[in-house]
Amino acid sequence: MKQIWLIFLKDVQQEFKTRYAINAIMLFAIVTLSAVSFSIGAYTATTRVLAALFWIILFFSSMSGLSHIFIREEETQTADTLKLVARPSSIYLGKFFFNLVLLVLLEVILIPLFIAIMNFKVVSFQIFLLTMFIGNFGLAGGGTMVAAIISKASTKGALFTVLSFPILLPVLISGISATRKAAESVKLMDAQNELQALLAYGIIIIVASILLFDFVWNE
Amino acid sequence: MLNAKMELIAEKIVKGFGHFLVLKNISFKVSSGSAIAITGPNGSGKTTLVKILCNLMAPTRGQVVYQNNSQKINREDIFQYIGLVGPYLQLYQELSAQENIDFFARMRNLKNYSARVKQLMELFNLSGREHDSVKTYSSGMQQRLKYVCALIHEPDVLFVDEPRSNLDQAGIEAVYSILQEQKKDKILVISTNDQEDLTLADQIIRVGVA
Amino acid sequence: MSKLWKIILYTGLALIIVGAFVWAPLEPKILKEYTRIFYFHVPVAWICVLFFLIAAYYSFQFLRTKDLLYDAYAKISNELGILFAILATVTGSIWAKVTWGSFWNWDPRETSIFILLLIYGAYFSLRSAVEQEDRRARLAAVYSLLAFVTVPFFVFVVPRIYFSLHPDPVINTQGKIHLELRQRVVFFSSLIFHTVLYLWLFQMRKTQVKLQMILRLYKENKMLEE
Repeated sequence: MKQIWLIFLKDVQQEFKTRYAINAIMLFAIVTLSAVSFSIGAYTATTRVLAALFWIILFFSSMSGLSHIFIREEETQTADTLKLVARPSSIYLGKFFFNLVLLVLLEVILIPLFIAIMNFKVVSFQIFLLTMFIGNFGLAGGGTMVAAIISKASTKGALFTVLSFPILLPVLISGISATRKAAESVKLMDAQNELQALLAYGIIIIVASILLFDFVWNE
Repeated sequence: MLNAKMELIAEKIVKGFGHFLVLKNISFKVSSGSAIAITGPNGSGKTTLVKILCNLMAPTRGQVVYQNNSQKINREDIFQYIGLVGPYLQLYQELSAQENIDFFARMRNLKNYSARVKQLMELFNLSGREHDSVKTYSSGMQQRLKYVCALIHEPDVLFVDEPRSNLDQAGIEAVYSILQEQKKDKILVISTNDQEDLTLADQIIRVGVA
Repeated sequence: MSKLWKIILYTGLALIIVGAFVWAPLEPKILKEYTRIFYFHVPVAWICVLFFLIAAYYSFQFLRTKDLLYDAYAKISNELGILFAILATVTGSIWAKVTWGSFWNWDPRETSIFILLLIYGAYFSLRSAVEQEDRRARLAAVYSLLAFVTVPFFVFVVPRIYFSLHPDPVINTQGKIHLELRQRVVFFSSLIFHTVLYLWLFQMRKTQVKLQMILRLYKENKMLEE
């Protein structure tokens, strides 16, 4: 629908001018990656550990940036302005796509860096990229919804991570497992459990969010 | 939009926040071609009532009904017919005036509105500053720009909360011409404590008085 | 609850405690005395999940009717839920230490109970972060339902991905239970009686909350009439 596109565009315009969320995410990712790489040093970690580290960096980086989309509306008092002119489901989807793009941008930088710095040998790029692609929908879907919830609460920061973690955990679990498999085997079929789980999760969380968003947004 | 006979009906609106009752049984009816004013002491619930009427907040009890030629309008479509100007409604600071206007106009599905934009910008003395970001506007200019954004789609019901805030004499005159225009064949709702503003209204609703 | 039921309930529970420690035979191979905790750990874990479902139900009802009473019910369900989550985690890790050697292993079922604990914790953090009652009820209800939607992934999906430490013959998805008769009697009665006991407690709490709500509505109506 047109409204979804307009909201997405507006958020992109705003982000382009302030670059707040993208900076927060990138900076967090780079700092964490550096810290991890520095501490591990020359030691070669197993694929299991590397897969977990990757997702930890990804998850916490997104925690520092995904809630921006709603918190900014509340803080600059444009929430009512937006509420006045938009349908709730359009708002959720518009901001969902924005967060999706944000995640993709993060990964475009993080993935090459991680592979290079941590010596993460990806055997099957098919599995890896597919995991990223489907996993992003789950992360952005759940993250956007929780961001909407906490934007209406009084204390913001830590609450976002506390609430998101249980909700997004299935993505983490399946994602880590699939990423490990991407570094170990070539066959796409090996990761089919994880990929199916990610796909199912993505669909369910987005549908549930669209249904529930009205209740969060409308007073 | 122009020849519609609009009716805004408030039926026994009650609004409470926890134990505290702000609005008690507010009812009124207003049709196209008239104006209604909401007045009362500060903090008495004027803004709350305006928000409820604009569908920004749900009442605890009672309901708000918009009717177009006696046909009830769906709650989710109301935004097409109303415009709101208020201090709590900020514009997008990082975007330019033109980008703000585009957003609000297109959200309501307007297509060819550049002529109207030009006309409104001239009326409110903002011509030439369309492409400056709203951050650089003074508070008076932002208030005037809010009027432009609220009027772009020629709303059947215009809500104005505190018409005079942040405006100098020239601004107030521009606003008044709009308000007079609006109440001629559409609905105007103002929330104010100013005596002069109250003379615009055909009906007055008092809030916060026992 | 009538006198008769109370007598049955109390006697039953006493019998179960006795039975768990004396009557039911020990699992001969590895578990020995440690089996005893199983009669309490599993019911408690089950009740925790039960309250999670109940909380989701009341959250749904609240969103449907906007009646604050349902929000109060949802809140007390979550309170009981977190209590049982803690109990289940503690009894579970005691059992884990004794049978598998360490208190915590991230076995899928351990992880699930931990997740439930996190969800309950998050629920209460959310509630305490919102001041307006109406908003708080709505946001908490939405979160409750959102959490409810993601739970199937832990129960069904994760065990297929990760190897489980939980003994298969006793807790598995095929539903076959390899227990001796006496053990079965104690186990199932424990399950039933515990459920009845805590549902009864819940009912009492519900009544208490309902009375509070009725009193409040009365006061509000009086204010409206003035």
